[in-house]
Amino acid sequence: MSQPKTKKETEDLLELYRQMLLIRRFEEASAKAYSMGKIGGFCHLYIGQEAVGVGAISALEQKDYIVSTYRDHGHALARGLEPKALMAELFGKKTGIVSGNGGSMHFFDKSKNFMGGHGIVGGHISLAAGIAYASKYRGDGAVTLCFFGEGAANIGSFHEGMNLAAIWKLPLVMICENNHYAMGTPEYRALSVKDVSVRAVAYDIARDHIEGDEVRKVREHVRVAVERARRGEGPTLMEISTYRFRGHSMSDPAKYRTKEELEKYKQGDPLIKAEKDLLAAGWAQEELTKMDEIILKTVEESVDFAEKSEEPPLGWLYKHVYAENV
Amino acid sequence: MAVLTYREALNRAMTEEMEKDPNIFLMGEEVGHYEGAYKVSQGMLAKFGERRVIDTPISENGFAGVGIGAAMVGLRPIIEFMTWNFSLVAIDQIINSAAKMNYMSAGQFPIPIVFRGAGGAGGRLAAQHSQSFESWYAHIPGLKVLAPYTPSDAYGLLKTSIRDNNPTIFIESEVLYGSKGEVPEGEFLIPMGKSDIKREGTQLTIISWSRALMYVLPAAEKLAKEGISVEVLDLRSIRPLDEEGILASVRKTNKALIVEEGWNVAGFGAQVAYLIQKEAFDYLDSPIERITQEDVPMPYAANLEKSSLPSEEKIIKKVREMIK
Repeated sequence: MSQPKTKKETEDLLELYRQMLLIRRFEEASAKAYSMGKIGGFCHLYIGQEAVGVGAISALEQKDYIVSTYRDHGHALARGLEPKALMAELFGKKTGIVSGNGGSMHFFDKSKNFMGGHGIVGGHISLAAGIAYASKYRGDGAVTLCFFGEGAANIGSFHEGMNLAAIWKLPLVMICENNHYAMGTPEYRALSVKDVSVRAVAYDIARDHIEGDEVRKVREHVRVAVERARRGEGPTLMEISTYRFRGHSMSDPAKYRTKEELEKYKQGDPLIKAEKDLLAAGWAQEELTKMDEIILKTVEESVDFAEKSEEPPLGWLYKHVYAENV
Repeated sequence: MAVLTYREALNRAMTEEMEKDPNIFLMGEEVGHYEGAYKVSQGMLAKFGERRVIDTPISENGFAGVGIGAAMVGLRPIIEFMTWNFSLVAIDQIINSAAKMNYMSAGQFPIPIVFRGAGGAGGRLAAQHSQSFESWYAHIPGLKVLAPYTPSDAYGLLKTSIRDNNPTIFIESEVLYGSKGEVPEGEFLIPMGKSDIKREGTQLTIISWSRALMYVLPAAEKLAKEGISVEVLDLRSIRPLDEEGILASVRKTNKALIVEEGWNVAGFGAQVAYLIQKEAFDYLDSPIERITQEDVPMPYAANLEKSSLPSEEKIIKKVREMIK
């Protein structure tokens, strides 16, 4: 995609860059807190994939829905969920986005139609089809965006969800964030196809495939799929190729890939690309540095907030096992 | 009072609820044009149309997930599994999504969904089509598990399940669909967690539910002729469990026998037995006993199938031993 030309385009890129930078800094802080033992459980970082989440989610309206995976920090921040509440959730505090019940893999925010981070690989795909089903049932015009990794493209729920979405023409956009490794298994050892989106052909639905290193390009392509869904023309299966710079989770040293490979992909860091484009469009380096400082401060405040927040009271243990019948 | 079959009672419950609430829909294999593999949804497609009575392809994991997703945004799906045997390919969705969504989201996303369909043993359907899963689902916090025996209970409990804001596992008995019983006119609800004394007695309590009562009730009848007075408690609701009802009956009779169609090991009857020994130990005059399906996959051969299940004979024999 070409560099931004007008002031409006440049400001637009700047906002997308800001969101990507927030994700990057938030996750760097998460990694640090994890290493210090402040965050428990699994912690799957999104570093390197920011352009996918930010680009895709910026193509949505407020009424649209997002269904995410266990790697949900980036999607949540891109949707505008509060960094403080997310960090507090990672710390397992009562001020967390789900009161310490979910942790890293289970961010939910109903007020933002953020329909959860889900921990079973691919299990959430049919849930996303269900949310899209409800939109069709009610005719509310909303579109559901579902993220998943290429590892999920081999599970039954993916195929069943695609078939159901196809036969019912559901307003669903399925985005395979292909980061080339399902935990430690490279795609060529697990996938029967090189490009997950070709599986759309078998379900007779629309498909698209792009590289996910340019945030505005991602948005442009996702927008086409979202509009198609909104027109009632059914689902799209997209593969957006990307790369995670960290291991599968914080406990993974990622020894299954070479340093050379990692370095090669780091050349395509979506933040560096966006930064270069902004500088080329005449934006001052100092302005970007200042933006980074503000973001760092926001992230520091979220860590401080999480640190100082109380743990959930023990009396909450049984709260929410069952919903009240009112 | 009308006499309805079990399937008619279920049909009436769903139809009445769907007439009241446009958010309710019925989805599953063959529920529409075929009118239900067991004809439970007879006439419903004609009444409600394809928008609300939805045939699915064979993909239980997929449509269970679709139901849960739809429930996340406020619809109230009734998902029919043609039989509960097929629910196993959807069990990830039932346990990992439906049961836990409200908890994981700190109450943001309750899942008001009913999973229902035919369960239980019998009919020479062999190992993969003849088994009881009440214990499996009762194991999971976040789920409610119902297993009615009479048409009246089926009606009242299904209506309650549809109105409940939690995921409900509603296990009907395959061999009971044609059974008849009186169902009071007019609308009524039966609360969950309330057992029903199907027969009063003084010397021993048999605790059972669903199709196993087909053996228990005639056995109690025959025992009465021998002068042995058996109380029969139908749990109806496995989770929540009517602990008070169970304890009150055992404190009265001082003996307890649990009869279930499911397997013995880690079966739900073990939980009931634990409850009784913990809360009513001093009232017991004999060890708590259980009669369950034998610890084998269901055989096809008629004689082996019969011998693997609870039966009148087994119950009568066991009660006589316990009364001595």
